[in-house]
Amino acid sequence: MGTGAGSWALFIAVFLACAVEAVEATTIVLAAGTARDWRSAASGMAGALAVLAVIVAALGPAVSDIPLRGLRLVVGALLLVFGLQWLRKAILRASGHKARHDEDKIFAEQLATAATQSRRRVGLVPDWYGFTLSFKGVLLEGLEVVFIVLTFGGNQHNVGLAAIAAGCAVVLVAAAGVAVRSPLRRVPENTLKFVVGIMLTAFGTFWGAEGAGAHWPGSDAALLVLIPAIAGFALILVAALRGGQQPARVAVTAPERS
Amino acid sequence: MGTRLRSFAAFWYDFVIGDDWVIAAGVVAGLALTYALSQTAVPAWWLLPLLLVLLLPLSLWRATRRR
Repeated sequence: MGTGAGSWALFIAVFLACAVEAVEATTIVLAAGTARDWRSAASGMAGALAVLAVIVAALGPAVSDIPLRGLRLVVGALLLVFGLQWLRKAILRASGHKARHDEDKIFAEQLATAATQSRRRVGLVPDWYGFTLSFKGVLLEGLEVVFIVLTFGGNQHNVGLAAIAAGCAVVLVAAAGVAVRSPLRRVPENTLKFVVGIMLTAFGTFWGAEGAGAHWPGSDAALLVLIPAIAGFALILVAALRGGQQPARVAVTAPERS
Repeated sequence: MGTRLRSFAAFWYDFVIGDDWVIAAGVVAGLALTYALSQTAVPAWWLLPLLLVLLLPLSLWRATRRR
C-alpha cells in the first residue's frame, strides 16, 4: 500500500517535472520550425536526442555530474541574444520602421533572398540557425529530464519507473506539439516572429540568470510571468514607436516556407 | 584562404552578434553583473529583466535614429 502510493507519487512528480521540461523543448522546436525551417528544426532535435543518447550511454548515472549551470549560462546567453534580435526586428516591422511597404508584393522576393542570405546551409542542414536553436533547446531540456529521472528515481530506488514517467510526459507533449504544428503555419509570419522573439527572450532570460547564479521566485513558474511581461513591454514599444504614424500591418499574409 | 577565414568569421559574427552589437554586449554585461550579485546576499533574478527594459528601447532607438 505504502509502496504503491510511493510509486504513484514518484510517477506523478517525475511526469509533471518532465512535462514542464518537454513543453520548454517543444516550444523552442516549434518556434524554430515555424519561423525558420521545419527540416532544420527536426534535424536539430534529432541531433540533440542522438547526442543525449550517447551522453547517457557513455556516462550512465555519472551524467548528473555534468555542470548544468554552465550549460544554462551559455544556452541562455545565446537564446537571449537571438531573442532580442528577433524581437527588435519584429517591433521595428510592427511599428512601420522596417520593410512595411508592399510586403505582399515583395514577399516572394524576400523569401528568395532570405533563403540564400539569412538561411545559411551547412552540410545537409538547410538552415543552420534553425538547427542550432532546436538542438540547444532539446539538448538542455533533455539533460534536465535525465537529471530528474536519475535524482527522483535514485532517491526512491526506482529509476525504471521514473524513466517510464519521463517517457510518457515527453511522448504526450511531443504529440501535442505535432498537433499544433499545422494550425501554427496559418498564423501570419511577422506575428509568429514577434511571438518567437518573445519566447526566446523569456527562455534566454530565465536560463541565463539561472546559469549566472540567480534563483527565480517560483522556479519554473517564473516563466509564466516573464513571457506575458515581455510581450506587454514589446507591445508598449510598438505603440511608442508608431507615435503619430499610420498603424503598420504586422502580418505578412503568405505562408511561411516549410 | 584569407577570404575563407574572413567569410567564416563574418558568418559567426552575423550569427551571434547580429544587427546590433549593443545587444550582445549588454547581455554579456548583464550576465556578468547577475553572477556578481548572486555572490552576495542580494537576490539577483531581477537584474536581467531590468536590463531588457533598458537594452531593447536603446537598440530600437539606435535603429530608428539611423533611418
